[in-house]
Amino acid sequence: MALIMEQMPIVLRSLNVGFLQTLKLFIVTLIGALPLGLVISFGSMSKVSPLRWLTRFVIWVVRGTPLMIQLLIIYYFPGLVLKKPIWGGGEAGRFLAASVSFILNYACYFAEIYRGGIQSISKGQTEAGLVLGMTRGQIFFRVTLLQMIKRIVPPISNEIITLVKDTSLARIIALQEIIWAGQAFLKGSQGISGAIWPLFFTAVYYLLFSGLLTIILGGLERKLDYFK
Amino acid sequence: MAILEVNNLAKSFGNTKVLKDISFSLEKGNVLSVLGSSGSGKTTLLRCLNFLETADHGTIRVRDELLFDADDARTTREREIRRKRLHFGLVFQSFNLFPQYTALQNVMLPCQLLAKEEENYKVRKKQMFAEIAANAHDLLKTMGLAEREGYYPHQLSGGQQQRVAIARALAMKPDILCFDEPTSALDPELTGEVLRVIRDLKGGDRTMIIVTHEMAFARNISDRIIFMHDGYIEETGTPEQVFDHPRSERAKAFFSKSLEEI
Repeated sequence: MALIMEQMPIVLRSLNVGFLQTLKLFIVTLIGALPLGLVISFGSMSKVSPLRWLTRFVIWVVRGTPLMIQLLIIYYFPGLVLKKPIWGGGEAGRFLAASVSFILNYACYFAEIYRGGIQSISKGQTEAGLVLGMTRGQIFFRVTLLQMIKRIVPPISNEIITLVKDTSLARIIALQEIIWAGQAFLKGSQGISGAIWPLFFTAVYYLLFSGLLTIILGGLERKLDYFK
Repeated sequence: MAILEVNNLAKSFGNTKVLKDISFSLEKGNVLSVLGSSGSGKTTLLRCLNFLETADHGTIRVRDELLFDADDARTTREREIRRKRLHFGLVFQSFNLFPQYTALQNVMLPCQLLAKEEENYKVRKKQMFAEIAANAHDLLKTMGLAEREGYYPHQLSGGQQQRVAIARALAMKPDILCFDEPTSALDPELTGEVLRVIRDLKGGDRTMIIVTHEMAFARNISDRIIFMHDGYIEETGTPEQVFDHPRSERAKAFFSKSLEEI
């Protein structure tokens, strides 16, 4: 125990750096995937059937294979198979590849949630808007959008909480996120080696962060509780 | 002078002809009830008048202005149709209030959005919005909902929601107000409360078209009745003619059945 207390400051400093990378991947994924998901959901509802089938095929592949495999293929395929290392080297290259993989993967999940939300709004809402002389744009922004948001907040929250923990999968391409940082003390780093507890301790970071998100997203859900 | 003139209206969904050849006209200030069994095309007729469906054939004229001609592409464009819709109001069977707005906001919102298109909107905004609010207050009061203005739709009974929907339609000052089975989603007690409100709207020069299954109500309120069957107007006339002396066999069968005691 005394040993752990002694190692604590060094470990925390290291884990903090790792967590910052985790946080960066989390935020970049959301910024990319939330809007991209909307584009994909429009594609999957398109009246142009080739576009619709193509989009649904992509969604099927992305949701039907493990994110870890997607990470490995996206990171290694260009360099090792095509001999065109598009990601660049080092941590920046790994982060770029991880971001692309996560954004694509999460956008497909978000797309399906958006599609459900959009299709769950009764046609009567749009028709009421039309007979009251509203434009399609007014109907979307003033009538149906908020109803959709209300319906997708719970499932999106679920995905966001999952994303917090999924970022750890980026460890497989050696992205220096918090798991990587914790594991480093096992092999030996900054004078500490053979220590498993820093790896276990990373769980506290995930727990606190997802707790914070649960509170924020719950608040948003309650804010939209005033109508049914 | 006829305020509404419909000629040779026809509409198909795929291979199903729902409206086959509908022609009628309506005088200003009159109430027309459209009766008939389910699937006879009543609702589709209302939806064509409100341009929620685009008819395949025929013309629609309001105040002698040609609003719609299926053979004239210029009259069927979405952009122009939006303005033309305002000649008609429509009260839905399922109310379709906007759930995130209060009763008052539901009545005001469409008017406020429309006011934005006025030329001097920026200068007169305050005054316009005050007028819209005053009008909305009045309408809700007429509907007996003065105390419920600040309620959200889910806090209101079905009858109250439908009365808000009627106020919302009236706020747009349509030439012709249409009702699509306005009480079919309500229990008998609430049905009465909504029918009374519609009855009280009659008078002056308010023109209404009512699709309903409430026979006694239709008979009492209407100046004219249209009985539809299988996409055609089977019988038309005053309530006395249609209810008491129907000429066609189908109308006879329909009205004798609908008046039968069970």
